[in-house]
Amino acid sequence: MLSKSQARAFFLGGTVVTFLIFIGLTIYSFQPKNDQTNHGQIDAKVVRGKEIWEANNCMGCHTILGEGAYYAPELTKVIERRGEGYVKAVLQSPIPWGPRGRKMVKYEMNNEDTEAVIAYLKWIGNIDLNGFERVVSPLAKDKE
Amino acid sequence: MKYKSQKVAYWFFGLCMLLFALQIVYGFIMGFARIGWDGLHNVIPFNTARAVHTNLLVVWLLTGFMGAAYYIIPEEAQRELVSVKLAYVQLISLALVGVAAIVGYHFNHWEGRKFLEIPRELDYLVVVNVLLFLGLILATLFKGKRKTTTALVLTMGLVFAALLYLPGMIWFDSQVMDSFFRWWVVHLWVEGVWELIMGGILSYLLIKLTGVDREVIEKWLYVIVGLTFLSGLLGTGHHYYYIGVNKIWLIVGGIFSALEPLAFLGMALFAVYMYRKGEKSHPNKIALFWTIGASIVSFIGAGLLGFAHTLPQTNIYTHGTLVTAMHGHYAFWGAYAMIVLAIISYALPNVTGRKRYDKTSGHMAFWFSNIGMLGMTVAFGVAGVAQVYMERKMKMEFMEVQNEISIHFVVLLLCATLFTTGILLYILEFIKYGRPTDEALEVKSY
Ligand code: HEC
Ligand code: HEM
Ligand code: HEM
Ligand SMILES: [Fe+2]
Repeated sequence: MLSKSQARAFFLGGTVVTFLIFIGLTIYSFQPKNDQTNHGQIDAKVVRGKEIWEANNCMGCHTILGEGAYYAPELTKVIERRGEGYVKAVLQSPIPWGPRGRKMVKYEMNNEDTEAVIAYLKWIGNIDLNGFERVVSPLAKDKE
Repeated sequence: MKYKSQKVAYWFFGLCMLLFALQIVYGFIMGFARIGWDGLHNVIPFNTARAVHTNLLVVWLLTGFMGAAYYIIPEEAQRELVSVKLAYVQLISLALVGVAAIVGYHFNHWEGRKFLEIPRELDYLVVVNVLLFLGLILATLFKGKRKTTTALVLTMGLVFAALLYLPGMIWFDSQVMDSFFRWWVVHLWVEGVWELIMGGILSYLLIKLTGVDREVIEKWLYVIVGLTFLSGLLGTGHHYYYIGVNKIWLIVGGIFSALEPLAFLGMALFAVYMYRKGEKSHPNKIALFWTIGASIVSFIGAGLLGFAHTLPQTNIYTHGTLVTAMHGHYAFWGAYAMIVLAIISYALPNVTGRKRYDKTSGHMAFWFSNIGMLGMTVAFGVAGVAQVYMERKMKMEFMEVQNEISIHFVVLLLCATLFTTGILLYILEFIKYGRPTDEALEVKSY
């Protein structure tokens, strides 16, 4: 029968081995040759967009890359789906946006911030998501 | 109760009850918003309600774990806590930081990353607070007469949980890297180190409640936490399938996360087996219900419902839908909420010296809350599956789908009402026990 010290060895051994593999795979994932995100295209505008995204907790209603809240539309492909003009109207709306019944927070963003958010969403929209980009929120072009 | 300083735990548990009640209020705000009753939108928009709901959950669970540690460690180490005064300082500062964060969320002051919304300046205070807590626990443990496996596993879980908070504090320009390392906190907490904490508390409770030999229980504890890390570390990959990193994670994450339920199955078998094997019939049946209940419901909520969407072929459709919310509720409830309620139920009679553990309302609290939460899980699940089908298969618009499924949120709210009744009964029992007293030292505790 298994003894207590064998059980402890199983715990310590398993942990150390899988931990090392985990770190190895993490390093592998972030090697430039494995980049799927167009990392080089992250410019000051995209970064500013991400800051606005976080400072307002947009993720508290929306999902992006499939992460966040399930209350409002998934935004990974929103630029492709709706176009820049629509997104701009949403962010600058003087009343809480909500044509289909559910309300967004009213941001009344200035042009500069709006453009930053759009740059950010454009960058998001071009990431290679291993196939998820075909499933997530229907693409206008898929519908035709 | 054997040591005076164990009384500190009571106040941590009290804070737990308060924060839990508040968490539920914000849950209702979101539930109502989802059926169109969003009258509070201008004051408490959905994202505020959500951040408050999930952060209060995490904070009350951590408060419960801390209370559990202050109760368990002195008894396991066989000495008083090194400083009771500092433990109170830690409790009060924890409450203050928590309140500051929650108030900030109402004024658009946060770091909008799911589960890690606490703004940076408060993060530093959290770190200081947790260091103080760990200092007290570690000093007590090392000065103590014995170092049991139960105490070590519990402490290890707490120390790792603190360390893993750090990757969540790094800024990344890339949303993908941000998300990647966010999971080092969120996933490695709930499917890693928190399981050590749960295992430690479970093992302590089983030793006390069943009277089975410590050596036997602790041996199996090692096996369970071994399985946890063996599957859970690489299992992190199930969050990396579709966020923009290498496909290798589809294989690694798929295989290892599919093994994760084993640790929870182990926990359930462990508890049921020890209960059967035990000769002692402990009079605190309520604590026994919560203990065995936690081990079984965690297997269903985390193990089975987690498995249901963990394979890449399924997750490509369910990723980021209400299916995730279904699993999130039942897993958190079964594994962590119930184990905290179990240790509270066990400790209360011992720190107050009053033996109210045969009261019907205690049993009603258990059944109402469990049936209510099961119903909520089903409501979320039905809504989630319908959403996946309409939105991701039939390619309907998000908002159109939401309007179709809003009826399930009426069901959700009804079940949530039953759940809340159970929790209110639990809190009422907590209040009726009264304050902790030194006289409890003389009352025989089992
Ligand atoms: C209180 C919840 C909430 C918050 C916070 C929120 N939104 Fe929204 N948002 C919504 C809802 C609901 C809709 C859909 C409204 C409709 O179509 O009726 C929406 C729609 C959108 C759309 C259009 C999507 C589409 O497919 O039609 C964009 C773009 C958007 N939001 C961006 C943002 C950004 C950027 C932020 C943060 C600065 C944000 N939202 C914060 C609730 C929210
Ligand atoms: C007690 C343990 C667990 C808890 C508390 C828990 C809780 C959660 C929560 C809250 C989320 C949403 C996280 C977010 O989006 O930020 C989540 C996601 C997920 N969980 Fe768990 N979980 C547990 C165990 C498991 C297990 C054992 C499995 C697999 C067998 C699993 C599989 C998943 C998957 C695949 C997702 C991602 C869903 C998506 O793509 O949207 N979980 N879990
Ligand atoms: C009793 C009343 C409750 C109600 C009405 C309720 C409702 C909700 C709602 C509507 C959401 C947001 C889902 C979305 O983004 O659209 C949510 C999120 C969440 N709630 Fe609750 N909840 C309640 C209690 C609880 C309890 C007791 C727990 C823990 C045991 C819990 C854990 C969570 C978690 C972990 C999330 C995040 C889920 C995810 O992101 O996948 N809730 N809740
Ligand atoms: Fe996970």
